[in-house]
Amino acid sequence: MKHIKTIANSCINKGAGTGCGECQASCQSACKTSCTVANQSCQNKGEKVYNPARKNA
Amino acid sequence: MVHTFCQDGRYLALDVDSGAVHMLDELGYEVVSRWEKSSKEEIVEALAGRFARAEIEEVAGEVEELIRNGTLFSHDESLYTPQTALKPGVIKAMCLHVAHDCNLRCKYCFASTGSFHGQRLLMPLEVGKKALDLLVARSGGRKFLEVDFFGGDPMLNFKVVKELVAYGRELEKKYDKKFRFTITTNAYALDEETIEYFNREMSNVVLSVDGRKEVHDAMRPTVKGTGSWDRAMKNAQKVAQARNQQNYYVRGTFTRDNLDFSNDVLALADAGFEQVSVEPVVLSPDSPYALLEEHLPGILEQYDILYKEYVKRRADGRWFSFFHFCVDLQGGPCIKKRLSGCGAGVEYIAVTPDGEIFPCHQFVGRPGYCMGSVITGEIDESIREKFAAAHVLNKEKCASCWARLYCTGGCAANAQAFHDDLTKPYEMECEMEKKRLECAIAVQAAELEG
Ligand code: SF4
Ligand code: SF4
Repeated sequence: MKHIKTIANSCINKGAGTGCGECQASCQSACKTSCTVANQSCQNKGEKVYNPARKNA
Repeated sequence: MVHTFCQDGRYLALDVDSGAVHMLDELGYEVVSRWEKSSKEEIVEALAGRFARAEIEEVAGEVEELIRNGTLFSHDESLYTPQTALKPGVIKAMCLHVAHDCNLRCKYCFASTGSFHGQRLLMPLEVGKKALDLLVARSGGRKFLEVDFFGGDPMLNFKVVKELVAYGRELEKKYDKKFRFTITTNAYALDEETIEYFNREMSNVVLSVDGRKEVHDAMRPTVKGTGSWDRAMKNAQKVAQARNQQNYYVRGTFTRDNLDFSNDVLALADAGFEQVSVEPVVLSPDSPYALLEEHLPGILEQYDILYKEYVKRRADGRWFSFFHFCVDLQGGPCIKKRLSGCGAGVEYIAVTPDGEIFPCHQFVGRPGYCMGSVITGEIDESIREKFAAAHVLNKEKCASCWARLYCTGGCAANAQAFHDDLTKPYEMECEMEKKRLECAIAVQAAELEG
């Protein structure tokens, strides 16, 4: 496409096997004042983003 | 629903219901922004003065293709249907207020400089054990249990912290659970030994440092009134290094006195921290440090300033991560998590030194919100149900908000404090949340483009 470039496909996972609830409680992680989940990963696959130079060592 | 926006000259579109993100050229942006309100013909007419008709038609074709793919203007009715019969379920996370006392006297402390509007108290070991027992008993089949040692400053009761961790490890074996212990501290009282202990036992450490020395010292004096920055900063740096720059956060607070807080974020990055979080203070409007609506334009501008510098630094080898500029566009949590949010009062609770249970750390001490006791093991299920019902799908304001699957409906403690209604999000928080999310999405776009 010339005018629109998709940089992320559908990521809202509604499929079977979701909702296990093993992920972190959102407010606990860093801020203690917000319920954002934007920066959270799924316990079953996600990796937190660290400095790529450290290659998640 | 589609949200289009422009961040630092980059045009973007978020397809809310699918989570797909698209980068647009200017014409693409103009067309997509108009799509829901106007017909194709109307769009062509409206833009024909600025763009060639053939080009506009071309964009319309691209939009139609993406709609067919389900990545633009997708609609999932279930995301707009209020959920009424929600059952609270298990409890999986706990904030243990092991010390309602502190070695600092931070002026903006929501815990009233550590005492939480009550007496200065330390949690006895037995109360802590009862709290962990309760968590295990109420966690059902959940394997991972989270416990944050909180205060005041939990280091004032560090002996009990260590004993509770040891107790938790016993419970793990007995009940096939896995505790993720974390600690939130002002770093003032840390030493080599405690840092080493954290590395062994704490899956995350949150260190409170506000950024620039003068900003930090003005807000975070010691009991004697002297500055705490030198010592807190030195210790926090040691923790970050000892943890190989992972599994920790240095967390600052900004107030009316440092509305140029982008400089504090950058000061923390300059000090060598790679995991940074700086949060708006939450205080009632009559506090001299409170953020008011009139400060909002300046605050949003600070995020823009930070955005530019952030993208630049990450590209030139000075990589760091700012908590609110992170978003996982490829995966992220599942829909259930995206809708349930912080889980305060439902799957997450806070426990005071004398064993009282509150919906979360921010609710501690608020009249009418004590929901039980770890001593008796009783929890008022009606309060849990009330919090479960304050679900993003049940909040009127969130129904039309594009950020809902990332924000999850706002902080209940703010909603209660500002509107005395768990279903009415606090406006200032909404505006900041949306701005930060735009920045986070734009960071990803910028880094993909290289
Ligand atoms: S930003 Fe505000 S309106 Fe939007 S989802 Fe969050 S709390 Fe609701
Ligand atoms: S109500 Fe607010 S402070 Fe409490 S856990 Fe939720 S987001 Fe955090």
